[in-house]
Amino acid sequence: MNVVRAERIKLFSTRAPWWCGALSVLAPLAFTTLFFALAGSEVTASVGNTQLATGIGRTVALVLAVLAATSDASWGTLRLTFQAVPTRVPALLAKGAVVVLVCAVLGLLAGVGSWGIASLVRPDADLALHSAADWRLVLGQTVTFAFTGLLGVGVGLLLRSTALALTLVLVWTQLVEGLVLLIPRVGPDVYPWLPFFAAGQFAGGDFTQAALNVTPAFGPWGYLAYFGGICVAFFVAGVVTANRRDA
Amino acid sequence: MLETHGLTKSYGETLAVDALTFTAEAGRVTGFLGPNGAGKSTTMRLLLGLDTPTAGTAHIDGKPYRQLADPLRTVGALLDATWRHPGRSARQHLRWLAATNGLPDRRVGEVLELVGLGSVAKKRAGEFSLGMLQRLGIATALLGDPKVLLFDEPVNGLDPEGVLWVRQLMHSLAADGRTVFVSSHLLPEMEQTAQDLVVIGRGRLTYQGTMADFVHRAGSRGVRVHTPQADTLRAALAEHGIACTGEGDALVVSEVDSDTVGDIAFTVGATLHELSPLAGSLEQAYLELTGQTAEFTSGGAR
Repeated sequence: MNVVRAERIKLFSTRAPWWCGALSVLAPLAFTTLFFALAGSEVTASVGNTQLATGIGRTVALVLAVLAATSDASWGTLRLTFQAVPTRVPALLAKGAVVVLVCAVLGLLAGVGSWGIASLVRPDADLALHSAADWRLVLGQTVTFAFTGLLGVGVGLLLRSTALALTLVLVWTQLVEGLVLLIPRVGPDVYPWLPFFAAGQFAGGDFTQAALNVTPAFGPWGYLAYFGGICVAFFVAGVVTANRRDA
Repeated sequence: MLETHGLTKSYGETLAVDALTFTAEAGRVTGFLGPNGAGKSTTMRLLLGLDTPTAGTAHIDGKPYRQLADPLRTVGALLDATWRHPGRSARQHLRWLAATNGLPDRRVGEVLELVGLGSVAKKRAGEFSLGMLQRLGIATALLGDPKVLLFDEPVNGLDPEGVLWVRQLMHSLAADGRTVFVSSHLLPEMEQTAQDLVVIGRGRLTYQGTMADFVHRAGSRGVRVHTPQADTLRAALAEHGIACTGEGDALVVSEVDSDTVGDIAFTVGATLHELSPLAGSLEQAYLELTGQTAEFTSGGAR
Protein backbone atom coordinates (compact mmCIF):
# COMPACT_ATOMS: atom_id res chain seq x y z
CA MET A 1 0.00 0.00 0.00
CA ASN A 2 3.05 2.17 -0.48
CA VAL A 3 1.53 3.80 -3.55
CA VAL A 4 -1.63 4.77 -1.65
CA ARG A 5 0.49 6.40 1.03
CA ALA A 6 2.45 8.26 -1.64
CA GLU A 7 -0.73 9.57 -3.30
CA ARG A 8 -2.11 10.61 0.08
CA ILE A 9 1.05 12.62 0.83
CA LYS A 10 0.90 14.14 -2.64
CA LEU A 11 -2.73 15.23 -2.33
CA PHE A 12 -2.47 16.74 1.15
CA SER A 13 0.90 18.48 0.69
CA THR A 14 -0.39 21.19 -1.65
CA ARG A 15 -2.93 23.88 -0.86
CA ALA A 16 -5.50 23.49 -3.62
CA PRO A 17 -7.09 20.26 -2.29
CA TRP A 18 -7.55 21.85 1.15
CA TRP A 19 -9.24 24.91 -0.33
CA CYS A 20 -11.39 22.81 -2.66
CA GLY A 21 -12.28 20.45 0.17
CA ALA A 22 -13.34 23.25 2.49
CA LEU A 23 -15.30 25.02 -0.26
CA SER A 24 -17.09 21.86 -1.39
CA VAL A 25 -18.61 21.54 2.09
CA LEU A 26 -19.00 25.18 3.14
CA ALA A 27 -20.58 26.44 -0.10
CA PRO A 28 -23.54 23.99 0.04
CA LEU A 29 -23.98 24.73 3.75
CA ALA A 30 -24.04 28.48 3.12
CA PHE A 31 -26.49 28.27 0.22
CA THR A 32 -28.75 25.86 2.10
CA THR A 33 -28.85 28.30 5.01
CA LEU A 34 -29.84 31.13 2.67
CA PHE A 35 -32.45 29.02 0.86
CA PHE A 36 -34.14 27.93 4.05
CA ALA A 37 -33.87 31.27 5.84
CA LEU A 38 -34.94 33.53 2.98
CA ALA A 39 -36.88 31.61 0.34
CA GLY A 40 -40.07 31.32 2.37
CA SER A 41 -42.77 29.42 0.54
CA GLU A 42 -40.87 29.19 -2.75
CA VAL A 43 -38.72 26.39 -1.43
CA THR A 44 -40.69 23.69 0.35
CA ALA A 45 -38.93 22.68 3.55
CA SER A 46 -38.54 19.01 2.63
CA VAL A 47 -35.66 16.59 3.15
CA GLY A 48 -35.02 16.55 -0.63
CA ASN A 49 -34.69 20.32 -0.74
CA THR A 50 -32.02 20.34 1.96
CA GLN A 51 -29.81 18.91 -0.81
CA LEU A 52 -30.56 21.64 -3.39
CA ALA A 53 -27.11 23.21 -3.06
CA THR A 54 -24.98 20.09 -2.78
CA GLY A 55 -24.49 20.12 -6.55
CA ILE A 56 -22.27 23.19 -6.08
CA GLY A 57 -20.12 21.24 -3.61
CA ARG A 58 -20.01 18.31 -5.98
CA THR A 59 -18.66 20.55 -8.73
CA VAL A 60 -15.92 21.82 -6.40
CA ALA A 61 -15.08 18.19 -5.53
CA LEU A 62 -14.85 17.56 -9.28
CA VAL A 63 -12.34 20.42 -9.54
CA LEU A 64 -10.33 18.88 -6.68
CA ALA A 65 -10.23 15.54 -8.50
CA VAL A 66 -9.26 17.08 -11.84
CA LEU A 67 -6.46 19.04 -10.17
CA ALA A 68 -5.17 15.91 -8.43
CA ALA A 69 -4.53 14.40 -11.85
CA THR A 70 -3.56 17.41 -13.99
CA SER A 71 -1.18 19.01 -11.48
CA ASP A 72 0.78 15.74 -11.53
CA ALA A 73 0.75 15.64 -15.31
CA SER A 74 1.64 19.28 -15.90
CA TRP A 75 4.39 19.64 -13.24
CA GLY A 76 6.24 16.50 -14.32
CA THR A 77 5.55 14.65 -11.07
CA LEU A 78 3.55 12.07 -13.04
CA ARG A 79 6.81 11.19 -14.82
CA LEU A 80 8.55 10.86 -11.47
CA THR A 81 5.65 8.67 -10.31
CA PHE A 82 6.08 6.42 -13.34
CA GLN A 83 9.83 6.37 -12.75
CA ALA A 84 9.15 5.13 -9.22
CA VAL A 85 6.28 2.81 -10.21
CA PRO A 86 7.08 1.74 -13.80
CA THR A 87 4.10 -0.61 -13.99
CA ARG A 88 2.07 2.62 -13.70
CA VAL A 89 -1.41 1.12 -13.15
CA PRO A 90 -0.99 0.59 -9.36
CA ALA A 91 -0.02 4.24 -8.93
CA LEU A 92 -2.97 5.44 -11.04
CA LEU A 93 -5.43 3.20 -9.16
CA ALA A 94 -3.99 4.51 -5.88
CA LYS A 95 -4.62 8.07 -7.01
CA GLY A 96 -8.21 7.14 -7.89
CA ALA A 97 -8.69 5.44 -4.52
CA VAL A 98 -7.35 8.37 -2.49
CA VAL A 99 -9.44 10.93 -4.39
CA VAL A 100 -12.57 8.75 -4.14
CA LEU A 101 -12.13 8.42 -0.39
CA VAL A 102 -11.58 12.15 0.10
CA CYS A 103 -14.59 13.01 -2.07
CA ALA A 104 -16.75 10.48 -0.22
CA VAL A 105 -15.93 12.18 3.08
CA LEU A 106 -16.68 15.58 1.53
CA GLY A 107 -19.99 14.24 0.21
CA LEU A 108 -20.91 12.89 3.62
CA LEU A 109 -20.11 16.24 5.26
CA ALA A 110 -21.91 18.26 2.58
CA GLY A 111 -25.01 16.03 2.56
CA VAL A 112 -25.43 15.57 6.28
CA GLY A 113 -24.24 19.13 6.98
CA SER A 114 -26.77 20.68 4.60
CA TRP A 115 -29.58 18.64 6.14
CA GLY A 116 -28.41 19.53 9.63
CA ILE A 117 -28.16 23.23 8.99
CA ALA A 118 -31.55 23.27 7.29
CA SER A 119 -33.02 21.63 10.40
CA LEU A 120 -31.44 24.32 12.56
CA VAL A 121 -32.64 27.18 10.37
CA ARG A 122 -36.21 25.80 10.13
CA PRO A 123 -36.86 23.99 13.40
CA ASP A 124 -40.58 24.25 12.67
CA ALA A 125 -40.41 22.10 9.51
CA ASP A 126 -40.50 18.32 9.60
CA LEU A 127 -37.09 17.39 8.25
CA ALA A 128 -36.74 14.10 10.11
CA LEU A 129 -35.52 11.15 8.07
CA HIS A 130 -38.65 9.01 7.95
CA SER A 131 -38.14 6.81 4.94
CA ALA A 132 -35.36 4.96 3.19
CA ALA A 133 -35.68 7.55 0.41
CA ASP A 134 -35.01 10.36 2.94
CA TRP A 135 -31.86 8.58 4.13
CA ARG A 136 -30.78 8.02 0.51
CA LEU A 137 -31.18 11.71 -0.36
CA VAL A 138 -28.95 12.82 2.51
CA LEU A 139 -26.35 10.05 2.76
CA GLY A 140 -26.35 9.43 -1.00
CA GLN A 141 -24.09 12.46 -1.47
CA THR A 142 -21.29 10.27 -0.16
CA VAL A 143 -21.66 8.05 -3.22
CA THR A 144 -22.27 10.73 -5.84
CA PHE A 145 -19.28 12.77 -4.63
CA ALA A 146 -17.12 9.62 -4.68
CA PHE A 147 -18.08 8.78 -8.26
CA THR A 148 -17.54 12.44 -9.21
CA GLY A 149 -13.98 12.12 -7.86
CA LEU A 150 -13.38 9.12 -10.08
CA LEU A 151 -14.73 11.06 -13.07
CA GLY A 152 -12.44 14.02 -12.33
CA VAL A 153 -9.30 11.89 -12.11
CA GLY A 154 -10.26 10.19 -15.39
CA VAL A 155 -10.81 13.49 -17.20
CA GLY A 156 -7.57 14.89 -15.74
CA LEU A 157 -5.53 11.90 -16.87
CA LEU A 158 -7.03 12.06 -20.34
CA LEU A 159 -6.48 15.80 -20.90
CA ARG A 160 -3.37 16.41 -18.70
CA SER A 161 -3.65 20.22 -19.04
CA THR A 162 -5.13 21.89 -15.96
CA ALA A 163 -6.59 24.80 -17.91
CA LEU A 164 -8.18 22.60 -20.54
CA ALA A 165 -9.61 20.04 -18.13
CA LEU A 166 -11.00 22.62 -15.70
CA THR A 167 -12.55 24.63 -18.50
CA LEU A 168 -14.19 21.52 -19.87
CA VAL A 169 -15.68 20.28 -16.60
CA LEU A 170 -16.83 23.76 -15.52
CA VAL A 171 -18.40 24.58 -18.87
CA TRP A 172 -20.10 21.19 -18.79
CA THR A 173 -21.45 21.40 -15.26
CA GLN A 174 -22.27 25.12 -15.19
CA LEU A 175 -23.44 25.73 -18.75
CA VAL A 176 -24.02 22.72 -20.95
CA GLU A 177 -26.22 20.73 -18.57
CA GLY A 178 -28.45 23.75 -18.03
CA LEU A 179 -28.56 24.97 -21.60
CA VAL A 180 -29.48 21.60 -23.09
CA LEU A 181 -33.02 22.17 -21.85
CA LEU A 182 -33.31 25.27 -24.00
CA ILE A 183 -32.74 23.35 -27.22
CA PRO A 184 -36.17 23.11 -28.84
CA ARG A 185 -37.79 19.65 -29.07
CA VAL A 186 -34.70 17.48 -28.40
CA GLY A 187 -33.64 19.32 -25.23
CA PRO A 188 -36.14 17.76 -22.82
CA ASP A 189 -35.47 14.33 -24.35
CA VAL A 190 -31.69 14.60 -23.91
CA TYR A 191 -31.75 16.19 -20.46
CA PRO A 192 -32.66 13.04 -18.48
CA TRP A 193 -29.52 11.37 -19.86
CA LEU A 194 -27.03 13.96 -18.68
CA PRO A 195 -24.66 12.64 -15.99
CA PHE A 196 -25.12 15.26 -13.31
CA PHE A 197 -28.89 15.28 -13.73
CA ALA A 198 -28.55 11.54 -13.11
CA ALA A 199 -26.50 12.13 -9.95
CA GLY A 200 -29.13 14.59 -8.73
CA GLN A 201 -31.89 12.03 -9.22
CA PHE A 202 -30.13 9.68 -6.81
CA ALA A 203 -29.32 12.26 -4.19
CA GLY A 204 -30.32 15.87 -4.66
CA GLY A 205 -33.12 18.40 -4.46
CA ASP A 206 -36.24 17.95 -6.59
CA PHE A 207 -36.43 21.63 -7.49
CA THR A 208 -35.58 21.21 -11.18
CA GLN A 209 -37.48 17.98 -11.53
CA ALA A 210 -40.65 19.48 -10.20
CA ALA A 211 -40.35 22.76 -12.07
CA LEU A 212 -39.33 21.33 -15.42
CA ASN A 213 -41.31 19.07 -17.63
CA VAL A 214 -38.81 16.23 -17.78
CA THR A 215 -39.53 12.53 -17.56
CA PRO A 216 -36.81 10.63 -15.71
CA ALA A 217 -35.38 7.66 -17.58
CA PHE A 218 -34.75 5.54 -14.48
CA GLY A 219 -35.54 5.35 -10.80
CA PRO A 220 -32.98 6.70 -8.28
CA TRP A 221 -30.93 3.51 -8.08
CA GLY A 222 -30.99 3.05 -11.86
CA TYR A 223 -29.69 6.60 -12.16
CA LEU A 224 -26.94 5.87 -9.66
CA ALA A 225 -25.82 2.90 -11.76
CA TYR A 226 -25.97 5.05 -14.90
CA PHE A 227 -23.95 7.89 -13.35
CA GLY A 228 -21.48 5.47 -11.76
CA GLY A 229 -21.01 3.71 -15.10
CA ILE A 230 -20.12 6.99 -16.82
CA CYS A 231 -17.61 7.92 -14.07
CA VAL A 232 -15.96 4.50 -14.06
CA ALA A 233 -15.72 4.56 -17.86
CA PHE A 234 -13.90 7.92 -17.81
CA PHE A 235 -11.57 6.71 -15.06
CA VAL A 236 -10.73 3.49 -16.90
CA ALA A 237 -10.14 5.44 -20.12
CA GLY A 238 -7.81 7.81 -18.24
CA VAL A 239 -5.83 4.97 -16.65
CA VAL A 240 -5.53 2.99 -19.89
CA THR A 241 -4.41 6.09 -21.82
CA ALA A 242 -1.86 7.20 -19.22
CA ASN A 243 -0.51 3.66 -19.01
CA ARG A 244 -0.07 3.35 -22.75
CA ARG A 245 1.33 6.66 -23.89
CA ASP A 246 4.87 8.03 -23.52
CA ALA A 247 5.14 10.01 -20.31
CA MET B 1 25.78 -1.63 -15.43
CA LEU B 2 23.67 -0.06 -18.08
CA GLU B 3 23.42 -1.25 -21.68
CA THR B 4 21.34 -0.61 -24.77
CA HIS B 5 21.12 -2.78 -27.84
CA GLY B 6 19.78 -1.47 -31.13
CA LEU B 7 17.70 1.08 -29.18
CA THR B 8 15.42 2.94 -31.58
CA LYS B 9 12.68 5.51 -31.07
CA SER B 10 10.75 7.25 -33.81
CA TYR B 11 8.10 9.93 -33.45
CA GLY B 12 6.15 9.70 -36.69
CA GLU B 13 8.67 10.42 -39.43
CA THR B 14 11.39 11.65 -37.09
CA LEU B 15 13.96 9.12 -35.94
CA ALA B 16 15.03 10.45 -32.54
CA VAL B 17 17.21 7.49 -31.56
CA ASP B 18 18.59 5.23 -34.26
CA ALA B 19 19.84 1.70 -33.44
CA LEU B 20 21.86 2.89 -30.47
CA THR B 21 24.11 0.28 -28.82
CA PHE B 22 26.35 1.22 -25.91
CA THR B 23 27.25 0.26 -22.37
CA ALA B 24 28.14 2.21 -19.23
CA GLU B 25 30.27 0.24 -16.79
CA ALA B 26 29.99 0.05 -13.03
CA GLY B 27 32.62 1.94 -11.06
CA ARG B 28 33.09 4.58 -13.73
CA VAL B 29 31.61 7.91 -14.69
CA THR B 30 30.38 7.73 -18.27
CA GLY B 31 29.79 11.03 -20.02
CA PHE B 32 26.95 11.24 -22.52
CA LEU B 33 27.55 13.86 -25.19
CA GLY B 34 25.80 15.05 -28.29
CA PRO B 35 24.53 18.26 -29.89
CA ASN B 36 21.07 19.62 -29.05
CA GLY B 37 18.44 17.40 -30.60
CA ALA B 38 20.82 14.44 -30.90
CA GLY B 39 18.49 12.27 -28.80
CA LYS B 40 20.20 12.36 -25.40
CA SER B 41 17.08 13.08 -23.36
CA THR B 42 15.01 10.62 -25.39
CA THR B 43 17.63 7.95 -24.69
CA MET B 44 17.44 8.76 -20.97
CA ARG B 45 13.64 8.47 -21.04
CA LEU B 46 13.88 5.13 -22.86
CA LEU B 47 16.36 3.85 -20.26
CA LEU B 48 13.84 4.72 -17.52
CA GLY B 49 10.83 3.19 -19.23
CA LEU B 50 9.11 6.57 -19.53
CA ASP B 51 8.97 6.18 -23.31
CA THR B 52 8.49 2.86 -25.08
CA PRO B 53 11.20 2.07 -27.66
CA THR B 54 10.15 1.48 -31.25
CA ALA B 55 12.78 -1.26 -31.41
CA GLY B 56 15.74 -2.56 -29.42
CA THR B 57 16.32 -2.90 -25.71
CA ALA B 58 17.63 -0.89 -22.79
CA HIS B 59 18.75 -2.93 -19.79
CA ILE B 60 19.84 -1.91 -16.31
CA ASP B 61 21.70 -4.64 -14.45
CA GLY B 62 20.41 -7.06 -17.09
CA LYS B 63 16.73 -6.13 -16.79
CA PRO B 64 14.44 -3.71 -18.59
CA TYR B 65 13.62 -0.82 -16.25
CA ARG B 66 9.92 -1.68 -16.14
CA GLN B 67 10.73 -5.09 -14.64
CA LEU B 68 12.57 -3.67 -11.64
CA ALA B 69 10.75 -3.98 -8.33
CA ASP B 70 11.01 -0.75 -6.30
CA PRO B 71 13.26 0.72 -9.03
CA LEU B 72 14.37 3.71 -6.94
CA ARG B 73 16.48 1.24 -4.94
CA THR B 74 18.33 0.24 -8.14
CA VAL B 75 18.30 3.31 -10.35
CA GLY B 76 18.34 6.96 -9.38
CA ALA B 77 17.78 9.57 -12.02
CA LEU B 78 17.63 13.31 -12.48
CA LEU B 79 16.12 13.99 -15.89
CA ASP B 80 14.58 17.41 -15.33
CA ALA B 81 15.00 19.45 -12.18
CA THR B 82 11.70 21.27 -12.79
CA TRP B 83 9.70 18.07 -12.25
CA ARG B 84 8.20 19.07 -8.92
CA HIS B 85 5.01 20.76 -7.76
CA PRO B 86 5.87 24.38 -6.91
CA GLY B 87 3.48 24.41 -3.97
CA ARG B 88 4.98 21.36 -2.29
CA SER B 89 7.93 21.64 0.09
CA ALA B 90 11.21 19.92 -0.70
CA ARG B 91 10.63 17.53 2.19
CA GLN B 92 7.11 16.57 1.11
CA HIS B 93 8.32 16.15 -2.48
CA LEU B 94 10.86 13.57 -1.36
CA ARG B 95 8.46 12.03 1.16
CA TRP B 96 5.88 10.97 -1.40
CA LEU B 97 8.58 9.70 -3.71
CA ALA B 98 10.16 7.69 -0.88
CA ALA B 99 6.75 6.27 0.01
CA THR B 100 6.23 4.80 -3.48
CA ASN B 101 9.19 2.47 -3.00
CA GLY B 102 8.75 1.90 0.73
CA LEU B 103 11.83 3.93 1.64
CA PRO B 104 11.89 5.20 5.22
CA ASP B 105 11.11 8.88 5.94
CA ARG B 106 14.49 9.07 7.69
CA ARG B 107 16.14 8.76 4.26
CA VAL B 108 14.46 12.01 3.16
CA GLY B 109 16.26 13.99 5.84
CA GLU B 110 19.54 12.28 5.01
CA VAL B 111 19.54 13.14 1.31
CA LEU B 112 18.38 16.71 2.00
CA GLU B 113 21.40 17.18 4.28
CA LEU B 114 23.63 15.47 1.72
CA VAL B 115 22.73 17.93 -1.05
CA GLY B 116 22.82 20.93 1.28
CA LEU B 117 19.07 21.66 1.36
CA GLY B 118 18.56 20.72 5.01
CA SER B 119 17.86 24.30 6.03
CA VAL B 120 15.21 24.87 3.33
CA ALA B 121 13.49 21.48 3.61
CA LYS B 122 10.16 23.09 4.53
CA LYS B 123 10.34 25.80 1.90
CA ARG B 124 8.03 25.41 -1.09
CA ALA B 125 9.88 24.22 -4.18
CA GLY B 126 8.30 27.01 -6.24
CA GLU B 127 10.59 29.46 -4.42
CA PHE B 128 13.75 27.51 -5.30
CA SER B 129 16.38 28.83 -7.70
CA LEU B 130 17.47 26.61 -10.59
CA GLY B 131 20.58 25.68 -8.63
CA MET B 132 18.48 24.62 -5.63
CA LEU B 133 16.18 22.64 -7.91
CA GLN B 134 19.20 20.80 -9.31
CA ARG B 135 20.21 19.91 -5.77
CA LEU B 136 16.66 18.73 -5.06
CA GLY B 137 16.79 16.66 -8.26
CA ILE B 138 20.09 15.11 -7.19
CA ALA B 139 18.52 14.34 -3.79
CA THR B 140 15.68 12.62 -5.68
CA ALA B 141 18.21 10.49 -7.56
CA LEU B 142 20.09 9.52 -4.39
CA LEU B 143 16.93 8.73 -2.38
CA GLY B 144 17.00 4.94 -2.82
CA ASP B 145 20.79 4.62 -2.49
CA PRO B 146 20.86 3.16 -6.03
CA LYS B 147 23.63 1.27 -7.85
CA VAL B 148 22.98 3.04 -11.12
CA LEU B 149 22.66 6.81 -11.50
CA LEU B 150 21.52 8.84 -14.48
CA PHE B 151 21.90 12.60 -14.61
CA ASP B 152 20.78 14.83 -17.46
CA GLU B 153 22.59 18.19 -17.31
CA PRO B 154 23.06 18.14 -13.52
CA VAL B 155 25.24 21.26 -13.30
CA ASN B 156 22.82 23.57 -15.14
CA GLY B 157 22.25 26.65 -13.01
CA LEU B 158 24.77 25.69 -10.32
CA ASP B 159 27.37 28.15 -9.06
CA PRO B 160 31.09 27.23 -9.35
CA GLU B 161 31.03 25.77 -5.86
CA GLY B 162 28.02 23.65 -6.81
CA VAL B 163 29.70 22.50 -10.02
CA LEU B 164 32.75 21.36 -8.05
CA TRP B 165 30.47 19.61 -5.55
CA VAL B 166 28.67 17.71 -8.33
CA ARG B 167 32.00 16.65 -9.84
CA GLN B 168 33.25 15.32 -6.51
CA LEU B 169 29.90 13.62 -5.90
CA MET B 170 30.07 11.83 -9.28
CA HIS B 171 33.62 10.69 -8.56
CA SER B 172 32.73 9.36 -5.12
CA LEU B 173 29.61 7.59 -6.44
CA ALA B 174 31.71 5.84 -9.09
CA ALA B 175 34.43 5.05 -6.54
CA ASP B 176 31.75 3.21 -4.52
CA GLY B 177 31.37 0.91 -7.53
CA ARG B 178 28.21 2.53 -8.89
CA THR B 179 27.42 3.16 -12.53
CA VAL B 180 27.23 6.90 -13.20
CA PHE B 181 25.83 8.05 -16.55
CA VAL B 182 25.79 11.80 -17.01
CA SER B 183 25.11 14.21 -19.84
CA SER B 184 26.35 17.77 -19.95
CA HIS B 185 26.97 20.58 -22.38
CA LEU B 186 29.89 21.89 -20.35
CA LEU B 187 32.75 20.06 -22.03
CA PRO B 188 35.65 21.29 -19.86
CA GLU B 189 33.59 20.19 -16.85
CA MET B 190 32.83 16.83 -18.46
CA GLU B 191 36.51 16.34 -19.24
CA GLN B 192 37.25 16.50 -15.53
CA THR B 193 34.29 14.37 -14.49
CA ALA B 194 34.00 11.41 -16.86
CA GLN B 195 36.41 8.55 -17.52
CA ASP B 196 34.36 7.02 -20.36
CA LEU B 197 32.36 8.64 -23.12
CA VAL B 198 29.33 7.85 -25.21
CA VAL B 199 28.89 10.38 -28.01
CA ILE B 200 25.82 10.49 -30.23
CA GLY B 201 24.76 12.61 -33.18
CA ARG B 202 21.36 12.50 -34.88
CA GLY B 203 20.36 9.59 -32.70
CA ARG B 204 23.33 7.45 -33.72
CA LEU B 205 26.40 6.37 -31.82
CA THR B 206 29.49 8.22 -33.02
CA TYR B 207 31.91 7.24 -30.24
CA GLN B 208 32.09 4.87 -27.33
CA GLY B 209 35.30 4.44 -25.37
CA THR B 210 37.54 6.12 -22.85
CA MET B 211 37.87 9.87 -22.43
CA ALA B 212 41.66 9.60 -22.91
CA ASP B 213 41.36 7.87 -26.30
CA PHE B 214 38.75 10.37 -27.44
CA VAL B 215 40.82 13.41 -26.50
CA HIS B 216 43.88 11.84 -28.11
CA ARG B 217 41.99 11.91 -31.42
CA ALA B 218 42.24 15.67 -31.45
CA GLY B 219 46.00 15.12 -31.65
CA SER B 220 48.90 17.01 -30.16
CA ARG B 221 48.87 20.76 -30.47
CA GLY B 222 52.62 21.19 -29.81
CA VAL B 223 54.58 22.44 -26.81
CA ARG B 224 54.42 25.90 -25.23
CA VAL B 225 57.76 27.31 -24.05
CA HIS B 226 58.59 30.43 -22.00
CA THR B 227 62.25 31.46 -21.87
CA PRO B 228 64.22 34.70 -21.46
CA GLN B 229 66.67 33.33 -24.09
CA ALA B 230 63.98 32.95 -26.73
CA ASP B 231 66.22 33.97 -29.63
CA THR B 232 68.90 31.44 -28.67
CA LEU B 233 66.33 28.66 -28.44
CA ARG B 234 64.69 29.70 -31.69
CA ALA B 235 68.01 29.46 -33.48
CA ALA B 236 68.79 26.07 -31.91
CA LEU B 237 65.41 24.71 -32.92
CA ALA B 238 65.90 25.97 -36.46
CA GLU B 239 69.25 24.09 -36.60
CA HIS B 240 67.34 20.89 -35.78
CA GLY B 241 64.82 21.75 -38.46
CA ILE B 242 62.00 22.22 -35.96
CA ALA B 243 59.38 24.87 -36.72
CA CYS B 244 58.14 27.23 -34.05
CA THR B 245 55.85 30.24 -33.77
CA GLY B 246 55.27 32.94 -31.19
CA GLU B 247 56.71 36.30 -30.26
CA GLY B 248 58.95 37.63 -27.48
CA ASP B 249 59.58 35.16 -24.64
CA ALA B 250 56.82 32.76 -25.63
CA LEU B 251 57.19 30.07 -28.26
CA VAL B 252 54.88 27.34 -29.50
CA VAL B 253 56.85 24.43 -30.90
CA SER B 254 54.98 21.97 -33.07
CA GLU B 255 55.63 18.41 -34.20
CA VAL B 256 57.94 17.40 -31.32
CA ASP B 257 57.28 16.44 -27.72
CA SER B 258 58.32 18.39 -24.64
CA ASP B 259 61.30 16.06 -23.94
CA THR B 260 63.00 17.04 -27.19
CA VAL B 261 62.43 20.75 -26.62
CA GLY B 262 63.78 20.46 -23.06
CA ASP B 263 66.93 18.64 -24.21
CA ILE B 264 67.69 21.21 -26.89
CA ALA B 265 67.14 24.08 -24.44
CA PHE B 266 69.56 22.47 -22.00
CA THR B 267 72.33 22.09 -24.59
CA VAL B 268 72.15 25.77 -25.57
CA GLY B 269 71.78 26.95 -21.98
CA ALA B 270 68.32 28.46 -22.32
CA THR B 271 66.49 28.80 -18.98
CA LEU B 272 62.96 27.42 -19.19
CA HIS B 273 60.21 29.22 -17.25
CA GLU B 274 57.52 27.08 -18.79
CA LEU B 275 57.47 23.89 -20.82
CA SER B 276 53.94 22.55 -21.31
CA PRO B 277 52.61 20.08 -23.86
CA LEU B 278 49.45 21.41 -25.49
CA ALA B 279 47.24 18.36 -25.38
CA GLY B 280 44.06 18.22 -27.40
CA SER B 281 40.98 19.06 -25.36
CA LEU B 282 37.67 17.29 -25.17
CA GLU B 283 36.16 20.39 -26.71
CA GLN B 284 38.40 20.19 -29.79
CA ALA B 285 37.90 16.45 -30.21
CA TYR B 286 34.17 16.82 -29.73
CA LEU B 287 33.76 19.67 -32.19
CA GLU B 288 35.82 17.83 -34.80
CA LEU B 289 33.69 14.72 -34.41
CA THR B 290 30.27 16.32 -34.22
CA GLY B 291 30.86 18.97 -36.86
CA GLN B 292 29.29 16.68 -39.43
CA THR B 293 26.45 15.31 -37.32
CA ALA B 294 24.90 18.33 -35.60
CA GLU B 295 21.16 18.65 -36.10
CA PHE B 296 21.19 22.44 -35.90
CA THR B 297 24.31 24.22 -37.11
CA SER B 298 24.90 27.93 -36.95
CA GLY B 299 25.88 28.83 -40.49
CA GLY B 300 29.04 30.91 -40.55
CA ALA B 301 30.15 30.20 -36.99
CA ARG B 302 32.54 27.46 -38.06
